[in-house]
Amino acid sequence: MLEMFKRAPQGPLDYSRRLWLRFFAAAIFVLLYLPIFTLVIFSFNDSKRNVVWRGFTTKYYEKAWNNDSLIEAFVNSITIAVASTIVSTILGAMIAILLWRFRFPFKAAYEGFMALPIVIPEICMGVAMLAFFSRVTGYPTGWMWPFNLSAITAAHIAFTFPFVAIVIRARMAGFNRELEEASKDLGANEWQTFWNVIFPYMRPGVVAGALLAFTLSLDDFVITFFTSGPDTLTFPVKVYSMVRFSVTPEVNAASTILVIITVVLTLIAMRLQAPDKTEVA
Amino acid sequence: MSEPIISIRNVNKEFPGVMAVDNASFDIEANEFFALLGPSGCGKTTLLRMIAGFETPTSGEIIIDGQDISHVPANQRPVNMVFQSYAVFPHMSVIDNVGYGLKVTGVPANEISTRASEALERVKLGNLANRKPDQLSGGQRQRVALARALVKRPKVLLLDEPLSALDAKLREQMQLELAHLQEDVGITFIIVTHDQDEALSMADRIAVMHEGRVDQIAAPDVLYEQPHNRFVADFIGKVNLFEGTVTGARGKTVSIDTAGLGKVQVPHAEAADGSVSLAVRPEKVRISKTAPRSKSVMGTKGRIADWAYYGDVSHMFVETEKGLRIGVIIQNETRKTVDAMDVGDIVHVYWSPEDTLLLNS
Repeated sequence: MLEMFKRAPQGPLDYSRRLWLRFFAAAIFVLLYLPIFTLVIFSFNDSKRNVVWRGFTTKYYEKAWNNDSLIEAFVNSITIAVASTIVSTILGAMIAILLWRFRFPFKAAYEGFMALPIVIPEICMGVAMLAFFSRVTGYPTGWMWPFNLSAITAAHIAFTFPFVAIVIRARMAGFNRELEEASKDLGANEWQTFWNVIFPYMRPGVVAGALLAFTLSLDDFVITFFTSGPDTLTFPVKVYSMVRFSVTPEVNAASTILVIITVVLTLIAMRLQAPDKTEVA
Repeated sequence: MSEPIISIRNVNKEFPGVMAVDNASFDIEANEFFALLGPSGCGKTTLLRMIAGFETPTSGEIIIDGQDISHVPANQRPVNMVFQSYAVFPHMSVIDNVGYGLKVTGVPANEISTRASEALERVKLGNLANRKPDQLSGGQRQRVALARALVKRPKVLLLDEPLSALDAKLREQMQLELAHLQEDVGITFIIVTHDQDEALSMADRIAVMHEGRVDQIAAPDVLYEQPHNRFVADFIGKVNLFEGTVTGARGKTVSIDTAGLGKVQVPHAEAADGSVSLAVRPEKVRISKTAPRSKSVMGTKGRIADWAYYGDVSHMFVETEKGLRIGVIIQNETRKTVDAMDVGDIVHVYWSPEDTLLLNS
């Protein structure tokens, strides 16, 4: 009778029931997220030095909110992220279609060069951008906001669009070309076929790519550092300069807000993609 | 005879290094159920795709209803296609799928909905109009693809291996349904298939293709009983082939010296000489333990080497002393039929010379 209550013996692929694997998975999560939790908790610390816990307060959120240059940096970051995401998503999607659809001479070489910004060390790219904008075009300082951000935006587009292209290209690899032919067979032209048949399939890739571009742009430090001027600070660069003086809970508070924005955006994007996943299956 | 709905004239299609379609020329009549049959890689799908407009002929003309459409883009041709993968749009409901072809060509919305519902009724899917394709079975998806093509009222409906993804039972049912549907709508159907049963049971005429060339175009029974060459005889159904050389002819009878059967005489309308093949279908071969009473039959003696039991029929292979292997299909007419013989028995196999075909090698 006792047999009934015994659990089935562990199968060869029942990895989730192995104790050491569970422990390992838990350890990974703790190591990944503990620093972030610490960051969030210490943003409520009532201590200027922010080394030991001295009690709960929200005053540093208030302080961060009233820190005009921090808010300005934050607005700059969002503006750059939105602008560069829009451009790099369109650009990336078009390149993805080019690589998926057409055969042309030196295609492999083109594909390799296109992905170069992903593999080049960021510092090299930063230096290159600095040289380019200061020596060749003249730094866009003294321009009216938001046009003074155009150098950073251009730099962000340059390193985010390959990510978008790769994500969308991967998505299109699973597209059934007969769908496209069926659409034309039924009388649709190229344009109608693209928007009615190809794009709906592509959309989850576009959303994922855009999200990737947005987060990459939002938290980029190295390239931005080289392309930003005194009046075009972005959020990560501003936080860096604040940390150089002292790590106050204000920095934590500002970073927490950024974490929340990123998490919310990711959740929205996952939500948007969810119905498409069932369609594919 | 009326004007053909489709004329294929000297159509060639060359892919790098391969002649996919080699000088195809034939006509398809209006309201015909026409099959392109052949093994994979024979060019049948390429030919269909040229009619649909997804491939351009290297040379030659394709004329549909009197109009040369060789250079008309796919979306402006009066033909529609049912794809092998069905290619039902996954993000649209069943009714939107069916209405798609009307929507993109600017048909008014109220006409779209009536015509789409009508087409769905015709394929017996009226109750599933609002389902998404992932909620349908393979057979239902195929019906959506059919309705979607038929709603456009094409002059010709093209079907690319439409039944290959269905299981055996459903395939048989759809074969009959397609044949009925074709009579019902009165549209020319061109079906591409590698399955001879499919072609034989549905089509009015079949074109057998082989290495890019059309070997023979004929009605199913003609194709089966009077194949033009060895390939067609071998590809359509099962066949026993015997090699031989012509030794003489008298009237409509040809004398042939074969290695396994000795000297035989078979009726043949045309003159023949040199090395030839004799072909006989296994179901036309008789088998018995006693020698045949009639002197007019031809055949030999051998040992039953293999026996495959299929319920309704049995396939037997008889091996002769001269190394021939002759296939025989018998009907299991009574419950005792299979008890009469066994593997290893020495039997006589024989058939009427009228059932023997003479094929040029």
